[in-house]
Amino acid sequence: MSKPTLNKVYLRRLLVHRIGIALSFLAMLVGLSFLIWILSTLLINGFGALHWAIFTQTTPAPGSDGGGLLNPIVGSLLMVGLATAISTPIGIFAGIYLAEYGDRSAIAKVTRFVTDIMLSAPSIVIGLFVYAIYVARAKHFSGWAGTFAIALIAIPVVVRTTDNMLKLVPNSLLEAAFALGAPRWKVATMVRLRAVKAGVITGVLLALARISGETAPLLFTALNNQFFSANMNAPLANLPVVIYQFAMSPYDNWRALAWGGALIVTFGVLGLNILSRTLFNQKIQG
Amino acid sequence: MSVNNSSLVMPVTEHLSSESALGMSNKAMLATMRSQRLQDFLFHKITLMFALSVLLALLGIIVSLIIGAWPAFKEFGFSFITTVEWDPVNDKYGALIAIVGTLATSCIALLVAFPLSFGIALFLTEICPAWLRRPLGTAVELLAGVPSIIYGMWGLFVFAPLFADYVQPFLAHTLGQLPFIGQLFQGPMMGIGILTAGLILAVMIIPFISSVMRDVFELVPAVLKESAYGLGCTKWEVVRKVVLPYTKNGVVGGVMLGLGRALGETMAVTFVIGNAHKLSWSLFSAGNSIASTLANEFAEAESKLHVSSLFALGLILFIITFIVLSAAKLMLLSMSRKEGGK
Repeated sequence: MSKPTLNKVYLRRLLVHRIGIALSFLAMLVGLSFLIWILSTLLINGFGALHWAIFTQTTPAPGSDGGGLLNPIVGSLLMVGLATAISTPIGIFAGIYLAEYGDRSAIAKVTRFVTDIMLSAPSIVIGLFVYAIYVARAKHFSGWAGTFAIALIAIPVVVRTTDNMLKLVPNSLLEAAFALGAPRWKVATMVRLRAVKAGVITGVLLALARISGETAPLLFTALNNQFFSANMNAPLANLPVVIYQFAMSPYDNWRALAWGGALIVTFGVLGLNILSRTLFNQKIQG
Repeated sequence: MSVNNSSLVMPVTEHLSSESALGMSNKAMLATMRSQRLQDFLFHKITLMFALSVLLALLGIIVSLIIGAWPAFKEFGFSFITTVEWDPVNDKYGALIAIVGTLATSCIALLVAFPLSFGIALFLTEICPAWLRRPLGTAVELLAGVPSIIYGMWGLFVFAPLFADYVQPFLAHTLGQLPFIGQLFQGPMMGIGILTAGLILAVMIIPFISSVMRDVFELVPAVLKESAYGLGCTKWEVVRKVVLPYTKNGVVGGVMLGLGRALGETMAVTFVIGNAHKLSWSLFSAGNSIASTLANEFAEAESKLHVSSLFALGLILFIITFIVLSAAKLMLLSMSRKEGGK
């Protein structure tokens, strides 16, 4: 092994290489520092607002002290829970269709394409859609409208993950079930779907995380409600919209509550993200 | 009969004659088969229905947007897109400011996010030690999990003041002095505006672009890279001359995907863009994007024409993102076809 000759070309190539690697390292550092910056901002500003009252009292009147975020928390839980309940079966069945019949039919190909588009489609347009077909007809903002809007956002996430997960099931497993004389629907649901249960749950959790922080589609569907209400047919308070309105307000107390709410939402969403990842990875390894 | 044409279930018919081995009569067997056929038929149709509901949702979105936007297009014609004026008081509307704002912020976001995402993807696939790959990859992807309203709050209350105090004066004194592009970096240094919105969008789309790049970089056959290393290439040369050309379509697809995300992003932009209906060469000045206009005005819009014009904006946004995302998807499909072709 002789040392490479240290000629000019070699030195220049080495220099370019070093600069490239250094810049790549720097990019990683920048990316991470933004995450840390944002999370620490939330902790610094939001931690002070986190006390029990935030979970037990309703939103305060403009300019007054105290109060909490009970009504938006309840409203958000209601809407996100119902939206998940609506979107999970729809998403899973649509995903099963794509995985089972997707290789042959043109409808499935188009659906898969559209699902991918909907996955990144602007969520505010979904809000416009629900406004046009529901709010404008019913003539009032409502919790149901908000639920439909975020369910529409969650469905493509569930479809996509279910489809992807089902494709991971080895063919031999399915053939074994078919050889026993099982009909297709049994193989699809009791063998194939069951084999990737954890993966599908991952998809549902990801959808849950995605819709928990969605604000834009709720602005003109669920709107907001100053008072405690669990009536789904009336405007419903929800965390994202309350955070938006309180953060943009001139009142210190409202802003503090907004930071507290932001902290709760963000760590809830990131927690769901991490949970879904660990769940899925465990299943793959085990 | 055509209910289930899978070859997997066909053999059942051939074994009919040996029914006695199963302890079942011919009749019972046929009945079971028939009911199973029916069940499979229903299963097919039911799952198909759910899949179609996704298509229906898309159709519904397009149709309802067109219906909502119709009065505005009828009133203003296609000059709606090229008209600058947006005046709710006099009921006159044009989309140009919002369209320009949307495109400008997204372009800034891409210009900043592309090199950063590339660096991150490169680091995670080629440089990073294996044990750090998972945690660092997850950390970057968590950036995508942070709700957009949080980016907005952080941008408005933390990023913008620092930006106004340190970065904007610096930019005005350096880039602002150049001919031509100088006017982009002059103007009031408030911290909020088009440039700030673009930068925050950049942070938001980094995880999307970098994760696509990472995925396609991993598709490069090890043999290709090893051959290059064997010829004495440096790691940078391997990436530049083997990995990038091989993954070109995937990389472009990832960038388009990021662009699609940036175009439709609402809350973060609404917080920091300044929400002013004006057109200016300065990137420091406040502006408006389609999404931020919708977020600000829709719930309060009174006149029919105002609502309809907002629907028209939504339609324009949806069409632009649809085209961009379709292009992204096609690029990525051609990448995966290349992978499947081997």
